[in-house]
Amino acid sequence: MNIEGLITASVRLGTPLLFATLGEIITERAGVLNLGLEGLMLVGALSGFATSYMTGNVWLAFIVALIAGGLFALIHAFMSITLRVNQVVSGLALTMLGSGISGVLGKAFVGKPAAKFNDIYIPGLSNIPVLGAFFKMDAIVYLGYILVPVLYIIIFKTKLGLTLRAVGEEPSAADSRGINVFLVRYIAKGCGGALTAAGGAYLSLAATSMWIENMSAGRGWIAVALVIFSAWEPFKALVGSYLFGFVMSLQLRLQAMGVAHVSANILLMLPYLITVLTMILFSFNKNFRNRVGAPSALSVPYSREEKM
Amino acid sequence: MKKFLVTILIISSVIMGFSILKVGFLYIGPVGDFGWTYAHDLGRKYLEDHVPGVITTYIENVPESIESYRYIEDLVKKDYKIIFATSFGFMDATEQAAKKYPDVYFFHCSGYKYNNTNFTAYFGRIYQPSFLAGIIAGMMTKSNIIGYVAPVPIPEVIRITNAFALGVKLVNPEAKVHVVWTHSWFDPAQEKEAAKSLMDVGADVIAQQTDSAAPVQTAEENGVYSIGYNSDMAVFGPSYYLGAPIWNWGAYYVKVVKEIMAGTYKAGFYWGGMDEDIVKISMTNNVPDKVKAVVGAFEKLIKEGKFDPFTGPIYNQKGELMVKEGERMSDEELLSMDWFVDNIVGSIPKASH
Repeated sequence: MNIEGLITASVRLGTPLLFATLGEIITERAGVLNLGLEGLMLVGALSGFATSYMTGNVWLAFIVALIAGGLFALIHAFMSITLRVNQVVSGLALTMLGSGISGVLGKAFVGKPAAKFNDIYIPGLSNIPVLGAFFKMDAIVYLGYILVPVLYIIIFKTKLGLTLRAVGEEPSAADSRGINVFLVRYIAKGCGGALTAAGGAYLSLAATSMWIENMSAGRGWIAVALVIFSAWEPFKALVGSYLFGFVMSLQLRLQAMGVAHVSANILLMLPYLITVLTMILFSFNKNFRNRVGAPSALSVPYSREEKM
Repeated sequence: MKKFLVTILIISSVIMGFSILKVGFLYIGPVGDFGWTYAHDLGRKYLEDHVPGVITTYIENVPESIESYRYIEDLVKKDYKIIFATSFGFMDATEQAAKKYPDVYFFHCSGYKYNNTNFTAYFGRIYQPSFLAGIIAGMMTKSNIIGYVAPVPIPEVIRITNAFALGVKLVNPEAKVHVVWTHSWFDPAQEKEAAKSLMDVGADVIAQQTDSAAPVQTAEENGVYSIGYNSDMAVFGPSYYLGAPIWNWGAYYVKVVKEIMAGTYKAGFYWGGMDEDIVKISMTNNVPDKVKAVVGAFEKLIKEGKFDPFTGPIYNQKGELMVKEGERMSDEELLSMDWFVDNIVGSIPKASH
């Protein structure tokens, strides 16, 4: 088997999941549950592709996708933070809205190719045998490599991260310390939405350069599962995303070689299975919930009048 | 305003001497899927452009259940006289509506239920151009490994994949067709990786039955020949795209609507082939003339009914004789095909639908 090919395929399939998962980790760290990832990814994929198609500038396209995702996530922020509607329901609404809007606006772009991010071989690193494959990728993949440690440091080692986590764990305590809970949650939602949309943009600007309706093909839901799988931690998100990409590309390769692929289908179930098990343990055991690091105030809208 | 325009349109058409006929389409997917639904929608637009007096509409993303009945009934109540339900799962709902509304013509695509008054089952023999696509692939390959990106394991997909492999075998008995399933009709990122994995085992021609043009685009990036599916994908592969088996629903839609207008239409079961132009092979200039000539010769034989891709001897992957020398498979056998022919490498996943 071509191991370098397997590595690059795993990273390419893992990268959209990585961005979406990182985005949702930021959002959930602030205590807001967003099930609208699929919608956000589609908004990112279309806005990015449309910009690339019209301007030919992939970086501009990527930035437009980030902004579009950030703004789109603010719709959910307004519903869940200000209006305090049920976050599960409003998240589902965001998915439907994103899928619908991108479908309608995207009709003009179906069946048209555009510019895309090309692979950049990093001098030196890409010459390493086998592992050099990690450095024969496109710019967005490298951005993902950098983003993971940066986010880890921000979340766990800075005052900013402490503020974010405080808002997600004990919003009333954070509030009494003078932190503006609503503002922090809005900012987290905007940044998280932008990153999730970047995951979608990867599909239409780097993995392929085309737009078809619903091209995220369920990746938003996999990312929701990966957030729990990763215990709200960027490095584990990287492991989970790439692992998922690895299993997907391994089973494709086994098929291409003519090896039966039943076992691979079982492997593909694993992230979901782990997520279901984690969620079951969550609902039974509060200690477990705290131990794996779920934000205590996750999915609970904050209100100053209803302090516990 | 809209009402006003419609009124004007109706009045002017009465003055001009023809009546308005409203034709409705039910789609399973979005028209932007670039695949199955996209091809039907091209047919709808073709119908509107080629038959004066016809107004069309469509409903996309209709669920494949008895719930689709609501959508059909809604069209009937809005005075649509001809309804095309373009997915297998709409069959029972369409049948029910055909019973309730005998003065409306119903057409259901890819199913097996019909009557002889107002309910037609229709489909195209796209396995014929897929066989021709196999001839192209078999003549173009140098490594004798041809990659095939397949969506979901249902008899229709298996039949078309087999036809492709038989085309390959006819011109190149040494070549093997490696099949990779994506378990999805469209997922560009995964289709790309499926194509890549096939190139990694040495495939130098990539064919597909999935909806998106990602395999074509990936082949182009890697300097490998590609064969598309459903509709023309040439813009995604200027240098290496060879062609595709494509749907041409417009030809059929125009034919039946004109017959209904003339009062000569007869409902029933219709499975049209290349002779009726409902399916076609498209070829680009990346295909050498020598190959085009062979394809053209077989295209002619198929159209004249002198040759059928599923003529024996045909063996399965275990080497068992499935169709005897000189025999042709019946439509029933074709519609329930659940085995691969002997030059395919890969297996059919079980218990999935």
